[in-house]
Amino acid sequence: MNRYTGRTFALELVLIAVAAIFMVPILVLISVALRDPNSTPGFLGFTWPLHFENISTAWTASAMGPSLVNSIVITTVSVALIIVVASAASYTITRRTQRWSRGVFYLFLTGFLFPGQLAMLPLYLTFSKAGLVGNPVTVILIYVAGHMPFTVFLYCAFLRDLPRDYEEAATIDGAGSLRMFWTVVFPLARPVTGTVAILTALGVWNDFLNPLLYLTGGNTRTAPLSVYTFVGEYSANWPLVFSALITSVIPILVAYFLMQRFIMRGFASGLKG
Amino acid sequence: MWFVIPAVLVYVAVVIAPNVQGLAYSFTDWDGFGAAASFVGIDNYRHVFADDNAVGSIVNTFVLTLLVTVGQNVIGLLLALGLNSQVKSRYLLRLVFFLPVVLTPIVAGYLWKYLLMPEGTLNAVLGSLGLDGLQQDWLGDPDLVLYAVCAAIVWQGAGYSMVIYLAGLQAVPSEALEAAAMDGAGPVRRTWSITLPLINGAIVVNLLLTVLGNLKQFDTVFSMTSGGPAGASETMATTVYKSAFLYLQYPNALAQGVLLTLVVGVIGFVQYRLTQRKALA
Repeated sequence: MNRYTGRTFALELVLIAVAAIFMVPILVLISVALRDPNSTPGFLGFTWPLHFENISTAWTASAMGPSLVNSIVITTVSVALIIVVASAASYTITRRTQRWSRGVFYLFLTGFLFPGQLAMLPLYLTFSKAGLVGNPVTVILIYVAGHMPFTVFLYCAFLRDLPRDYEEAATIDGAGSLRMFWTVVFPLARPVTGTVAILTALGVWNDFLNPLLYLTGGNTRTAPLSVYTFVGEYSANWPLVFSALITSVIPILVAYFLMQRFIMRGFASGLKG
Repeated sequence: MWFVIPAVLVYVAVVIAPNVQGLAYSFTDWDGFGAAASFVGIDNYRHVFADDNAVGSIVNTFVLTLLVTVGQNVIGLLLALGLNSQVKSRYLLRLVFFLPVVLTPIVAGYLWKYLLMPEGTLNAVLGSLGLDGLQQDWLGDPDLVLYAVCAAIVWQGAGYSMVIYLAGLQAVPSEALEAAAMDGAGPVRRTWSITLPLINGAIVVNLLLTVLGNLKQFDTVFSMTSGGPAGASETMATTVYKSAFLYLQYPNALAQGVLLTLVVGVIGFVQYRLTQRKALA
């Protein structure tokens, strides 16, 4: 069953054909971005000469540089905060046997049932009254809270099955709960931390609705929001629009190609729960 | 114990409290400012159900969720089955099929808008193949637009389902499949009777994620069609956003938000209860 047979070869051809079809939109994205800005849309494929200057024109006109920096900062801070806060909470939830620890766990689980749209308006008006619209701290808070149910769920599932031997040894050595968590439990939970980091980073980086609400018009736009604004201004100029789209996804694509093995594993293991 | 306090505080303040507030205010004529709201019972809900566009968006949301769930899972599963074989290019192909997942949804939305517009790539390709009769205004035709949006979402999400199915397939013992092959079961039979039951957990997780994710679909629709033409691709999430932030109909937005929360909550809960034993096994 593990031999490469004629049937495997046929399967390989079919899969490659399907992959080629899957890549057509990406090919169109690249080819249109490099087209003469005055050309008519339509046809598939590249047209010569390639207009690489579209990329730099769009980069400048969309102010993508600062937006990418904002996206990177917001994503990094959100991921770091959610990991620290949720792992600490999960540690307590799984190591305490009182009734409240179960209650707290279920409180977090209810979050799976909220789609976010109901809270959107009250939350926006609250933040708006507090003068926090336009402030990246606002979206970071929303990301940390919004990713809490899933993150706590993952950490709790892992920590419940984690043998207590190391912790018992550390107790004998006189470690307090903070040191125990930080030097013993947190390093052991590295597989979950990796999964959480990847899933949260992707979710935060690609999020559009929250920046649309909270960062529109400000000088701390994220990459998706800059794309949206730019498309609004240059809607008929597809080569420039597509150049902006490409620059907006470069960091996440680079991260993807550098870490694809961990990403695939993280996705799969994290989602299996 | 104080380890849980930061998590609970931020979660209650940013998730629980505004949901409760929204639910309470959905029964009032709240204008968004102060507390001078009076109780109006289910008036806001009556308005929503009297609004063809809002009702249409509920129907659209269910149709979209069903189509995307079926499409994404069937394609994701087939890709996973294919790439779980000895095919030489399997690692490269996994990268290729997963690439759209990484792409920002609104970027994918604009890309597909271009592919499907009247003078866009799909019609140009059809034209050059001599299939002019098949050319359509994919995003301008109210009868087609929802399917066009679904195609874009499936394209973007199929790799996501594929990875979860692949993880499930890797846990299937090859002995069982070899034994069945010895007994004369063909590949289809083996997949159906042995592989699928053994990857039940992956199926459950995939169904939960696609259903719950698409009931609140916003980004792709918003960038591809903004809900048009004439509301034909409007989803519950886009109507909530528009009612709240474009039309400033706060009570209506909240009532629609409650309805969306109910739909997601009830479907999520039922799905979880029906499948939890299998998923956790």
